[in-house]
Amino acid sequence: MTLATEPVINLQQVARTYTGPPAVKALANVNLTVSRGEYVSVVGPSGSGKSTFLNVLGLLDRPTSGRYLLDGIDGAELSERDRTALRGRRIGFVFQAFHLLSHRTAVENVMLPQLYTGMPRKKRRRQALDMLERVGMAHRAEGQAGQLSGGERQRVAIARALVNGPSLLLCDEPTGNLDSETAATVLQLIDELHSQGLSVLVVTHDSGVARRAQRTVMIKDGKLEVQLHAVPAFPEEGP
Amino acid sequence: MPFARLVEPTRLKVVDVVAEALAAVLARPGRAALTALGTLLGVASFVAVLGLTSTASGQISAEFTKLEATQVTVEDVAANPQPNDIAFPDNAEQRVKRINGVNAAGVYWTGRGADHTVSARPGVARSDATQGIQVYAASPGFFKAIHAHLATGRTYDAFAENTQQRVCVLGVAAARELGISDVEQQPAVFVDGKPFTVLGIFDDAERIPESLLGVFIPDRSYTAAWGSPKPGTVAAHMVIDTRLGAADVVGDQVQVALRPDEPTRFQVNVPLSPKELTRQVNNQLQGLFLLLALICLAVGAVGIANTTLVAVLERVGEIGLRRSLGARPRHIAAHFLAESAALGLLGAMAGTSLGVVTVVAVAWVKSWTPLLDPVIVLPAPLVGGVMGLLAGVYPAWRASRIEPTEALRR
Ligand SMILES: Nc1ncnc2c1ncn2[C@@H]1O[C@H](COP(=O)(O)OP(=O)(O)OP(=O)(O)O)[C@@H](O)[C@H]1O
Ligand SMILES: [Mg+2]
Repeated sequence: MTLATEPVINLQQVARTYTGPPAVKALANVNLTVSRGEYVSVVGPSGSGKSTFLNVLGLLDRPTSGRYLLDGIDGAELSERDRTALRGRRIGFVFQAFHLLSHRTAVENVMLPQLYTGMPRKKRRRQALDMLERVGMAHRAEGQAGQLSGGERQRVAIARALVNGPSLLLCDEPTGNLDSETAATVLQLIDELHSQGLSVLVVTHDSGVARRAQRTVMIKDGKLEVQLHAVPAFPEEGP
Repeated sequence: MPFARLVEPTRLKVVDVVAEALAAVLARPGRAALTALGTLLGVASFVAVLGLTSTASGQISAEFTKLEATQVTVEDVAANPQPNDIAFPDNAEQRVKRINGVNAAGVYWTGRGADHTVSARPGVARSDATQGIQVYAASPGFFKAIHAHLATGRTYDAFAENTQQRVCVLGVAAARELGISDVEQQPAVFVDGKPFTVLGIFDDAERIPESLLGVFIPDRSYTAAWGSPKPGTVAAHMVIDTRLGAADVVGDQVQVALRPDEPTRFQVNVPLSPKELTRQVNNQLQGLFLLLALICLAVGAVGIANTTLVAVLERVGEIGLRRSLGARPRHIAAHFLAESAALGLLGAMAGTSLGVVTVVAVAWVKSWTPLLDPVIVLPAPLVGGVMGLLAGVYPAWRASRIEPTEALRR
């Protein structure tokens, strides 16, 4: 199989148990395949194991059992060094808390991922500016990250996630810290990126956010329930 | 297929580590300045202490006159001197003058043991004799060796000495006491009633200033009149004027030149060399101040270690982010090490400048010549950098062990 036809994510019977005490089975026998260019959302109540799931997908955490192939590469067989490299080069992270370096400029923040690829500084800067252009933040490139609005910060964070040309964009509550109007512009941006061929996986509480994906999966007590094009009904939320 | 070829490992260039560290430090200049303050003060006091002591001792060296540096004196230290033995051979002056570096030399002894009466007129009773005047026997080179300045007349020469002429030279105070100011008329001074013709009067002597109260008689004329001084009562001395820088070498050779048969009979006094003097001054002053500067530096290092550790805990999110972007634990450690080293280096650079300014300012106020050893000034910033690096070891190790999943949980 070539890289183009290989699924981005292929989970086979993946489990993650936190050795307590008390031991917590945060993920149990999860099977999931995400094809290249797919847009998947993950929903679930609090404490259901969404963040655990995302950490496993992002190679920040190792599953206690099962197989996880990213771009066809088995993360379990890799050394920490190679897992770090795979994470840095193939995965873009977007966090609820943005995690920008607030005392540095927007462009410096976007230049950060390529610091670890050994790319010359000038080239890094050029690519970072290109990426800021793409997320509509070129005009604030030299602004201090700490002085940007929430929506602007998240767009800079998305530019940072994209600059290494990842196979997969992993978003953990990307609109959790934004008001609904700002959230809409960020979701709009993610939609655009997806339409340009990027594989996206979004973890969210918000059914409105989840609905934008081609497919939504739901986690409950560490177990995955697949719901094709369906919106899960949370009791506290309207349709 | 090996996985290493599937994914190229991440790396971090040294130049990028340095740039990141500087950017992080400069992003918060106020905090960086406060953190580096301890190192700044430590290095500043180091440079200032070393600079000030070297400047001060340089000043001493400058004031250490040519006069003191070019004087060698020789004393007879025989345990059991024999009668009629003044230790110095007849031609002592000639022997010593043959040594390379000697300008002039003279043997002299006081006639105090003989308890002479001195007057300007013959036949004066002992009780009426002029008080305070001292009779000396001195070889002709003595006057040049003490840098005597003649007010009038001349001194006696080797011929007068060899022919045991009854002549003398007066110090200006003795001449005034005796009422003699003019040597044109060849006045005489009576020592124990024996007349000595006054050849000249000197009004200044840079060495042995008490010689201004003296009546100087050629050594052989003296021994012809009164015999050699009684052993044990009077010791003969020699004073030698050397060229600048030759005192040590001359001092080494004098004993053998004088008495090859009995060189240990003499004690030779050479001046402390300026270098030795400087060392003495330095040793006394520097020790304590350097200890204080060291304590200051250590406090500075602890300050950097503390701030860096706080920064690590404060920047857990950043650490997690960098790990998610492909940074390996060693890259995280490198970032924090470079930051603490940069803090130390910047603090030490500012401290070095402050120290140099202090030295120059003090020297300016005291109108001294500032003296700073480049061996101290140039490595001072590096010392600060190394201290910063060491201070960063523990925080960097802590930072590298932070789990990214923990770090990103907010
Ligand atoms: N490091 C850990 N050690 C032990 N238990 C953990 C750890 N991390 C998470 N858990 C537990 O695992 C379960 C799943 O946690 P997780 O953080 O994945 O939930 P979540 O779906 O992300 O919740 P939320 O929507 O509130 O963020 C929870 O019961 C949690 O208490
Ligand atoms: Mg969570």
